[in-house]
Amino acid sequence: MFKIVRKKELNPSVTLMEIEAPFIAKKARAGQFIIFRIDEQGERVPLTIAGYDRENGTVTIIFQKVGFATIALGNLNEGDYIRDFVGPLGKPTHTEGIKKVCVVGGGVGCAIALPSAAAFKEAGAEVDVVVGFRNKDIVILEDEFKAVSDNMYLMTDDGSYGEQGFVTVKLQQLLESGRDYDAVLAIGPIPMMKFVCKTTEPFGVKTMVSLNPIMVDGTGMCGGCRVTVGGEVKFACVDGPEFDGHKVDFAELMSRNATYRTREGEVKETHACRIEAMGKELIK
Amino acid sequence: MANMSKTKVPMPEQDPKVRARNFKEVTLGYTEEQAVEEANRCLSCKNPLCVQGCPVNVRIPEFIKKIQERDFKAAHDIIFSTNALPAVTGRVCPQETQCEAKCVRGIKGEPVAIGRLERFVADWNNRQPDQKISGRKKPNGIKVAVVGSGPAGVTCATDLAREGYSVTIFEALHTPGGVLVYGIPEFRLPKDLVKYSIMKLEHLGVEIMTNMVIGRVLTIDELFEMGYKAIFVGSGAGLPMFMNIPGESLVGVMSANEYLTRTNLMKAYDENYDTPIIKSKAVAVVGGGNVAMDAARCAMRLGAENVYVVYRRGEAEMPARAEEKHHAKEEGIEFKTLCNPIEIVGDENGRVCGMKCIRMELGEPDASGRRRPVAVPDSEFMLDVDTVIMSLGTSPNPLIRSTTPGLETNRKGCLIVNENEMTTRDGVFAGGDAVTGAATVILAMGAGKKGAAAIDAYLKNQ
Repeated sequence: MFKIVRKKELNPSVTLMEIEAPFIAKKARAGQFIIFRIDEQGERVPLTIAGYDRENGTVTIIFQKVGFATIALGNLNEGDYIRDFVGPLGKPTHTEGIKKVCVVGGGVGCAIALPSAAAFKEAGAEVDVVVGFRNKDIVILEDEFKAVSDNMYLMTDDGSYGEQGFVTVKLQQLLESGRDYDAVLAIGPIPMMKFVCKTTEPFGVKTMVSLNPIMVDGTGMCGGCRVTVGGEVKFACVDGPEFDGHKVDFAELMSRNATYRTREGEVKETHACRIEAMGKELIK
Repeated sequence: MANMSKTKVPMPEQDPKVRARNFKEVTLGYTEEQAVEEANRCLSCKNPLCVQGCPVNVRIPEFIKKIQERDFKAAHDIIFSTNALPAVTGRVCPQETQCEAKCVRGIKGEPVAIGRLERFVADWNNRQPDQKISGRKKPNGIKVAVVGSGPAGVTCATDLAREGYSVTIFEALHTPGGVLVYGIPEFRLPKDLVKYSIMKLEHLGVEIMTNMVIGRVLTIDELFEMGYKAIFVGSGAGLPMFMNIPGESLVGVMSANEYLTRTNLMKAYDENYDTPIIKSKAVAVVGGGNVAMDAARCAMRLGAENVYVVYRRGEAEMPARAEEKHHAKEEGIEFKTLCNPIEIVGDENGRVCGMKCIRMELGEPDASGRRRPVAVPDSEFMLDVDTVIMSLGTSPNPLIRSTTPGLETNRKGCLIVNENEMTTRDGVFAGGDAVTGAATVILAMGAGKKGAAAIDAYLKNQ
């Protein structure tokens, strides 16, 4: 059993929790993920790690309440326990040799982009951050991003806060103004990541994306999370979750993530995974 | 009085039409009367060949003698002294190629139903209130880590705990049991039985830590730093293979591992569980092993109208046990043998709507000694399916080998061990599918047993 030691609502649909998991806290690195399961009947749900405290033995997760499992998790409180919490899974964000980076986060994906931005900063890189939200009301982690970046650009779709426009608008400006990034890391809804890749491609900037496909075990056993990268089949859980975005088959990923939507197109809320919901959010 | 019947006492089973739509156990086990009647077919050979046929050397004639005497508790203790999982092996062991293959009664008629008797004894014991385990040596305080709680790990941990070692099992999934819980379906191996076996392990003082992915949360080297003096790696062969044919990433194509894990470990067939599973009308399972039979039979039980097992060689060449093939066919599963998929076809939404196959014929024998299947030109045809389950075998997971310096593997990713089950790292032992590649429960148990003996000898020499 794993104890929820802190809970904070970041906005009406996004919740932060710190979970007591000393073994994971000791090992976790930015870019890796955990899988949680609330109770015996629950699903195994992967979430990328949003932070960790090695001394206090806690792991931070930030999640949007969209599916059955995340809604149920959001209903729990400090002091409650969840049945399973396993990790750290996947490979950490690759920071070596990168001196100048732009981290792009979209919506709740910002929660995952933050520790990666911090990791780049810690590794001595110059870090620009572009974060995007639908509107002012759902902005999260603004101060935290400021603290780990050299330049931070906050975008909202409706211009209610920061600058108006998608993250790709700002990224395009930065690239055109001659910022010579060694790499761009994009984390957010699939369409956002896809368009970030389209934006960077003409500039020849290496672009990494963090994928969150459907998976069961997270250790390479089920193969449910397979994604096609550069024509090769990879397992996101062990080969990723970060991949070269210019090589990812995003259309296939979108289609595979809709596996458990019924054929009539009706979204079964109980089984909608987080990234699908993020995709819906962007389309709105 | 010896029972000279040439045939085994039949074991009752659920009607195929009924069981094809439920997850309850297919075979129902012997009653006490049936068990004693079958036990009386054993001639108590002076030189029992059956024991040699058993990878964990169960003292077969001795336990059968106790059944004849109706001392079922004693029968259980005899089995349990060398076999930590009798309720499991009594059900899933290929007895027909092991103990029963060596039985003298098999020369003129059917061999003694050793598997059924083992199962009877184990089930009888599970119903008794007293589950105490005797014969554990005084704890010696020496810590040993076992990675994986499948048949190899459980057997190794049991033997080491009996010798007095302080054993911790690290299991990656949320429930212990390995392939016994995620792979083998409820209708062949009820999960309560695995639970009982794990409870027995805890009675022996073994600590089980679930949700611990060794290679990620802790490395082998960190386990040594934590004070474990020896480590047994029984992490199995969990990595699924695919065919690398067009269309394999379509929605509706999955590994047997995924399908079975959702169904068995995550109980997708039980509406009280949140686990999603694909609802299929027509399913093709590609492969011919026991796992393929399990996947096909699960698909039928989950409501598919048509389930095909597609295999590139003939039925005789299928690696699945005869009993599994027989049960599958009885349940209405159609075998498409001498037939190989060449492409999976999808609709406009990226979902499977068919599988293109080609007919095969058997040519010259290949390296495995089996006749090589060769495609028949211009024999392509379309199989109308909406789900394809790939059951082509599995290989060991690279998580441990890739995070343990000095741990060597062969070309297939299997850990290399010496005659004492020790890997290329001092103090690190291994056994089961992690060493052999995908094999049987009982072979993994045999390796776990050998590993425990080797660890005991190694630690006594320190």
